[in-house]
Amino acid sequence: MIEIEGHYEAKLGHLPTLTSKPTHYCAGCEHGTLTRLIAYALNELDARERTVLVDSVGCSVLAHEYLNVDAVQSPHGRAPAVMAGIKRMRPDLLVFAVQGDGDAVSIGLAELIHAANRGEAITIFLVNNAIYGMTGGQLAPTTPAGMITTTSPRGRDIALTGPPMDATKLVASLEAPAYVKRVLLPVTPTPTADFYNARGSIEGARSIQNAFRVQEMGGFSFVEFVSTCNVNWKMSILASKRYATDVLAKIFPPGLYKDKFGVEKR
Amino acid sequence: MESVTETRAFLKGNEALALGALHTGMNAYFGYPITPSSEVPEVLATEFGNPQYPGFKVFLQAASELEAINMVIGAASTGAKVMTATSGPGFSLKQEGISYAAGMELPMLIVDVNRSGPGLGNLGPEQSDYFQATKGGGHGGYRNIVLAPASVPEMASFPALGFSLAFKYRNPVVILADAFLGQLKEDLTFPEVPAPKFDVSWATTGARGPERHLLLSMHLDLPDQARHSEHLRSKYEEVARVEQRSESLRTDDADVVLVAYGITARLCRRAVGTLREKGIRAGLLRPITLSPFPSKEIAALVERGVQKFVVVELNMGQMVEDVRLATGGRARVETVQRLGGLLPSSLDLVHQVEAMAR
Repeated sequence: MIEIEGHYEAKLGHLPTLTSKPTHYCAGCEHGTLTRLIAYALNELDARERTVLVDSVGCSVLAHEYLNVDAVQSPHGRAPAVMAGIKRMRPDLLVFAVQGDGDAVSIGLAELIHAANRGEAITIFLVNNAIYGMTGGQLAPTTPAGMITTTSPRGRDIALTGPPMDATKLVASLEAPAYVKRVLLPVTPTPTADFYNARGSIEGARSIQNAFRVQEMGGFSFVEFVSTCNVNWKMSILASKRYATDVLAKIFPPGLYKDKFGVEKR
Repeated sequence: MESVTETRAFLKGNEALALGALHTGMNAYFGYPITPSSEVPEVLATEFGNPQYPGFKVFLQAASELEAINMVIGAASTGAKVMTATSGPGFSLKQEGISYAAGMELPMLIVDVNRSGPGLGNLGPEQSDYFQATKGGGHGGYRNIVLAPASVPEMASFPALGFSLAFKYRNPVVILADAFLGQLKEDLTFPEVPAPKFDVSWATTGARGPERHLLLSMHLDLPDQARHSEHLRSKYEEVARVEQRSESLRTDDADVVLVAYGITARLCRRAVGTLREKGIRAGLLRPITLSPFPSKEIAALVERGVQKFVVVELNMGQMVEDVRLATGGRARVETVQRLGGLLPSSLDLVHQVEAMAR
C-alpha cells in the first residue's frame, strides 16, 4: 500500500491539491481513485486558489480531508443548492461536489434537477455504486432489480420500489445542462483476471477536466461514475469489478450524453 | 410595482423589510413564495438591478424552501449578506438548513412572517412560531438570535440590526414578524446610513497559499464535537449576556406589567393607557430580542416589587414559559391568548387585565 502510494507520488509528483491524509475508503472502492483524479485535474487547471468543494453526505462527506481546497458542508442531498448559492454570489469561483447516488438521486433529486434546469455553472460528479455505502448497504434508487441489500433482503422488487433510476438520462433530458457524461470507472478485469483495463480512470480524468472547462465556459456539467461497493455488495473486489462491467454498465450505459460546447472534440 | 427610491414612504411591513434590507447593503436574496410574506420577494425582484443598490448581486426564486435555505448557506459561505423570507410552513422546511448554518457558524437573515395554526392553518397572524424560532427549531441543539419588530419602521430597520448581529456572532438571525405586521401599512423614513462592512476573513472563497478555509458542521471525533459544541454554548451565553433588548413603557411604578411583542405589543401599548385611566398602574415590557430573551429586565422588575405579569400572545402559551423562568416563581404570571389569526380588541384586553389586576 505504502509502496503503491510512493509509486504514484513519484509519477505525479506532489499534488498541492491533495492533503497528505490517507483516505478512509474501503479497498477496491473507486472513491479514492476519483479523489486523486479530481486533484490532478484541479492541479492541471491551476485552480486551487479559486476552487470551493461542497461536501455532500455519504461516503464523500470527508472529501475535504483529502482534497486540499476550501470546502463547505451541505445537508444530505442539498449540495447543488449550496453550490448554486456560492456560484451566483461568486461566479469567479470553480464550484464542485462529489455526490453519491443516495444523495443526488434520492433525497436530493429536486435540488439536482433544478440546478441542472437552471444551467447553474457548477460541476457535479455522481458516484453511482447502486447502494448506500456509508450507512451500511441499504437500497438505493439506483439498485438493480433483484440486488440484495439490508433493506431489500429478498432482493429489490421493482413492483414494490420501482426500477433503477437513471440520473444521467434525467439530467440530459433537460435543455440547460452543457455537459453530461457517464463513465464506467472501475478497472475491468480480463476473463482470467491476468490483466486489468484502466480505461475508466483515463476516461474519467479526461471527463473531469472537460467538466471543469465547461463550468468555466458558463455551463452546467455532470459526470456520473458507475462504481463499485464490494463491501456492501458482499462480493470480492474482483467480483465487484466484473459485476460493474457485466451488470451495472448495461443498466447505466457509459457514454457522452450531452456536450453543448463540443469540449470532447477539442 | 413602482420602484421606491424616496427615503420617505408609506409601505406595507413586508415591503419596508425588503427595502430595509437593500438599504443596509444586502447582497443576495433566495426564497420561495408563501403568503403572507410574498411581498418581500416581489419588491426585491422589482428592485433587482436598480443602480441605487449596487451591492444587490443576486435575486433568485428557488424551487422549494429547502433549496432556498441551502442557497442561502452557499452565498453566506462567501461572506455575503444574504436573506430569505418565509412563513410558518416554509420556516419548518428551512429548519434543516438553519441547523447546518448554526453548526457552520454562518451569518444569515431569515424572516418568518408568522401565520396561523399548525399545518396549513390560515393566513391570519399568530405568534405560534415562537418556540421554533427561539428554541432552536432544527436538530442538534443551537440558538438563533431572534428579533421581533412591532411596527413598519422596525420592519425596515431590523435587517440592519439583524445583519450586524449575524456577522458579529457568525450566527443565523431570525426576524419573527406576523401576518398583521407584514400587511400593515405605515409611514416611515429610511435613514441614509452607509452599508456596514463586516469581517469575513473566515469565508471560503478559494485557498490562499498553504492556507485554506473549511466550513464544517461535522466533527467525527467526539472530543472535537464537544469542543465545537462548547464553543457554540459560550457564544450563546455571551449573546444572552450582551444582547438582550427590550422596550419599557410606564413600568417604573407599575403594579402589573404586560409582556408582549410584535403586533400584540401595539395593542398592549394602548391598553396600558386605558388601564391607567381606570386607576390600574399598568406598564408594558416589549421584548425586542426574543432570543436572547430579556430575562434581566424582567428579573429587575420582580426585584423592584412587581407582583403580576400578564403575557399577551397569539398562541397557546409559548413566550409565557420564558417569562415564568425569568421571574423565578417570585411573581404571578397570567396570560391572555388569542388563536386562529384573531386579535383581541384593545377593550377586550383591558377587561381581561382589569379582572386579573383586581
